[in-house]
Amino acid sequence: MTTPILEAKGLKAYYGSAQALFDLDFTVEEKGVTALLGANGAGKTTTLRALSGLIAREGDIRLRGKPIGALSTEDIARLGIAHVPDGRGTFVDLTVEENLRLGAFTRVDKKDLKLDFERVFAYFPRLAERRRQQAGTLSGGEQQMLAISRAVLMRPSLLMLDEPSFGLAPMMVEEIFRILAAINRDEGVSLLLVEQNASLALDLADHAVLIETGRVAMSGSAAAMRSDDSVRMAYLGY
Amino acid sequence: MNEFLHQLASGLALGGVYAIMALALVMIYQATQLVNFAQGEMAMFSTYFAWKLMDTGWPYWGAFAATVVVSFLGGLAIERLVVRPFAKAPVLSSIIVFIGLALIFNALAGWLYGYSVVTVDTPFSGRPWFGNVYMSAHESGAVLVSLAVLALVYAFFRFTPLGLAMRAAAQNPTSSRLVGIRVGWMLALGWGLAAAIGAIAGMMAAPIVYLDPNMMGGVLLYAFAGAVLGGIDNPFGAAFGGFAVGVLENLIGAYVVGAETKLSVALAIIIGVLVWRPSGLFGRRLVARV
Repeated sequence: MTTPILEAKGLKAYYGSAQALFDLDFTVEEKGVTALLGANGAGKTTTLRALSGLIAREGDIRLRGKPIGALSTEDIARLGIAHVPDGRGTFVDLTVEENLRLGAFTRVDKKDLKLDFERVFAYFPRLAERRRQQAGTLSGGEQQMLAISRAVLMRPSLLMLDEPSFGLAPMMVEEIFRILAAINRDEGVSLLLVEQNASLALDLADHAVLIETGRVAMSGSAAAMRSDDSVRMAYLGY
Repeated sequence: MNEFLHQLASGLALGGVYAIMALALVMIYQATQLVNFAQGEMAMFSTYFAWKLMDTGWPYWGAFAATVVVSFLGGLAIERLVVRPFAKAPVLSSIIVFIGLALIFNALAGWLYGYSVVTVDTPFSGRPWFGNVYMSAHESGAVLVSLAVLALVYAFFRFTPLGLAMRAAAQNPTSSRLVGIRVGWMLALGWGLAAAIGAIAGMMAAPIVYLDPNMMGGVLLYAFAGAVLGGIDNPFGAAFGGFAVGVLENLIGAYVVGAETKLSVALAIIIGVLVWRPSGLFGRRLVARV
């Protein structure tokens, strides 16, 4: 068995003195897709924030076996974890192209940058049309595309996405998930996906972790989760 | 008419100094939403450093370059050692730190160099340039240097990856960290740049207003008035405001209130702008959601 790309053991997180996560265990396999499911306030966003070092956290977090639990957000990003935060994290006053260039900011090797830009624009042709436009004027869906593209330009080994479907029209959601699948398949980028839309997430994921009030309530293969009655009734709605 | 043009021209010369000083204020304001009240005293201290180098025989441009570099490093060090520990403190604490810094530099300059007024050389001496009878050579040179600084700063922020990263860090620190930008260092770099720009402002102002430990007190006030007038969140507005305040100050000082009370012009501008147009001429109106 190969080392998972990301492994969290006993992950705890805190907002000030309030504990928000209680000993979470989960993994993301190399080139795999793990979905974090759960209701509002269960701790999904908090989990991503803890992994990125944006909030106080404890526990054993490993990227390809290397402990990253004590590193700063900047260093974690530089090691190859790209985090598309909730709200998309757009640099609203900068242009689309500047937003994208920031994704590649830490890359030492700028040789393939042009190719990478072309690849990103092939995924999202709309961004190419708007490259000189101020990013704050993009629609929600376009900003989500921009956030994903910015993350892809980091050349990450793990891409963490916080509710990429949030607030988007169904057609836009479909397009974005199609491209996430392509990024996973063609570029070998592992995904850790936080989603409220469980059925969408389970279609893309191979593993799923169900979080309730900051604890892992259930985890397993996406197929097993999908056929589990309690998950189906509570999160899939049929 | 001649007298009027003369006043206008020398207003532009000092206005250039105010403009780049305002730019230094804006640079730190954009990243931290704080006005560095020590910016003037830091610039004054840098100017003494340049004066001391020249006093020991350095050529002007050598001393100029060395002062800019040392001021940059000094600004960097001040952010790292003094300002940083208060990054998460309430606004008032930071303001007290800035005022403390201003007092320290003022006292240090007095202690090291004395309180008597000294004259600082200018690299632009001799006959007025281009047959321009309304401006001395130094005034022309100061305007050119100010414009050059503005152009360089613009090019740096607009066209270099580091400049882009600094803009990003000021705008959205969290997203910046998530793409691997070391936001803390970007802030320190901002302080270094502001200190370097302030040093240039000081060196350009000194031959006009003469150097003593309180030289930059008035200059900072005019620069602040310029920044507020143009819009403190807009570098170009602030630079424009600096030039405008320089000209206004000179004209109103000469024809309306008299030279002794012209500092009140700056205060009137600050209060007037804050009352009637708080975001300044080119600033963005901030709407806070409650």
